[in-house]
Amino acid sequence: MEHKSIGSRFFKALVYTVCITLGLMSVYPFFVMFLNATRSSNEIRVQAVPFLPSSFLQLNMDIITKSKQFNPMLGFRNSLIVAGGTVFCSIYFSCLTAYALTAYNWKMRQPFFTFIMAVMMIPGQIVTIGFYSMMWQLGFIDSYLPLILPAVASPTIVFFMRQYLLATFSLDIVNSARIDGAGEFSIFNRIVLPMMKPAIATQTIFVFVGSWNALFLPRVLLSTDSKFTMPIMVSLLRGNIYATEFGAIYLGISMSVIPIFIVYFTLSKYIISGIQLGGVKE
Amino acid sequence: MEKRIKGVSYAKYGYIFCIPFVLGFSLFMLYPLVHTIVISFSNYEGASRYLSGRFSVLDNPLANYTRLITENRLFWTSLSNTLKIWIINFIPQIVLALVLTAWFTNRRNKIRGKGLFKVLFYMPNIITAGSIAILFSALFSFPIGPVNYLLELIGVREAPINFTISLSASQYIVAFIQFWMWYGYTMLILTSGVLGLNPEIFEVSEIDGANGIQQFFFITLPNLKTILLYMLVTSIVGGLTMFDIPMLFNDGGPDSATTTLSIFIYRQAFSGSFLLNRAAAASMLAFILIAVLSVGVFYLLRDKDAARLKKEEKALRRALEAERRAG
Repeated sequence: MEHKSIGSRFFKALVYTVCITLGLMSVYPFFVMFLNATRSSNEIRVQAVPFLPSSFLQLNMDIITKSKQFNPMLGFRNSLIVAGGTVFCSIYFSCLTAYALTAYNWKMRQPFFTFIMAVMMIPGQIVTIGFYSMMWQLGFIDSYLPLILPAVASPTIVFFMRQYLLATFSLDIVNSARIDGAGEFSIFNRIVLPMMKPAIATQTIFVFVGSWNALFLPRVLLSTDSKFTMPIMVSLLRGNIYATEFGAIYLGISMSVIPIFIVYFTLSKYIISGIQLGGVKE
Repeated sequence: MEKRIKGVSYAKYGYIFCIPFVLGFSLFMLYPLVHTIVISFSNYEGASRYLSGRFSVLDNPLANYTRLITENRLFWTSLSNTLKIWIINFIPQIVLALVLTAWFTNRRNKIRGKGLFKVLFYMPNIITAGSIAILFSALFSFPIGPVNYLLELIGVREAPINFTISLSASQYIVAFIQFWMWYGYTMLILTSGVLGLNPEIFEVSEIDGANGIQQFFFITLPNLKTILLYMLVTSIVGGLTMFDIPMLFNDGGPDSATTTLSIFIYRQAFSGSFLLNRAAAASMLAFILIAVLSVGVFYLLRDKDAARLKKEEKALRRALEAERRAG
């Protein structure tokens, strides 16, 4: 018993050292970023690693607002529109598809589910050229629609929603609603959707964050400055601000990630358990 | 009987409710896929064709592919960069994630603060990748960036290092950012996989006198194979389409050292000479590569795995049965 406790003490010391180091590694770059956002480029030049905030936040803000393309408020608004639309399309229609896959017995049900599983692995990026060319011909370039509408077919979300329905859904409620004369579509909207709230909440976070963070497709499709989403604005940050204005660059990055930080730290419990749900599926 | 009430068949609603998905998929995935394939066989290049949107299939439809494969050095460079960056990020990532999983699911020494650690380890994954890339390029800036400052502080280096002009340093930094962003996610999936296992197999092995390390290698790992397979495949897909970090960290440079396949495709199509046909061909080659690698991984690991799992399960059930009878 004695040697085991020494062993386990050593084990715990090792584990905590590594975990605390990794934890600091996650936080520290952002800590440097937030502090440097409040410092002047001169201060950063003298001492690049800060310990305390300084008083140049307003100055850095002024530098940023002078740049043509980086407009945080506009970026937030545009990203919100795109992410909101994407969330609605992907969540609502994935629930509908998942419901069709669980509640009804139809001939093609199993083949259709196999098909969804198969296309889950296709990365959207590889069809970008064809997608772009099609949108060009339809005149949808520089519009939010091609960023939002494809979410109607989100195989991964369908998969998760189906898993959730399989575990919770019971036909009895639906049948009693049918006896009361409710139509199938209104049963879905009024009874099934509210039942799926927990699954909807988790998936909403992931779809929202994924769409908010997307750079590739928005950058390919959007060309007007005033339509740029936050990640595009960040990607243009270095070209827009004089390269040695480090304080302003740090502030620009900070502003782009603050909303995500707020979402993450208020919802972290749900986010972590949402990811872990994915691990148990098999 | 369940699909009929009073003789009404509800089966048609199954089809009706799937219409939006099928429409969305055909319009935004299937058609673009076919269109990309057609473009890859065509002469769709140059500003004027790009603007008019008119193009035709080449006499030799495979010309774009052969030109990419035989003449285009940058294509091969970007492919090898992508694979290299993926490997130097994936191997340490999966090793660290497995170690953390073993620690966090250790049954004898319970770790405190697991919840907090999980939140911290996962955090970089959820932050905008583009912002992270710009942040790291500021952190690694020369000659006065924070990293250079810290290296000087602990006395590791004499003169400031210009990370952004070193080919291998840039590749390692990009790989590090990927690693740093993804190990937490990998760990979360693996931990939940372990927690999903039947605790009885651990209890039985403890009675048999297995220690933590033996348990990890002989029970946890074999049982995690399906999840590891899933991680491997999703990581291959993600790694081969990597764009944001290398693009924004150092613009695919220096000297194309961090130009990945996606950056190559993006540049072919949307900068300079609008080689949409070449970009489409490169996309299809990437698709084929992803498909071959994923199917290969599944094929290599799955069948053997399923058979062995079944055997193990049987052995375990027998052991449990014997245990019950003995006790």
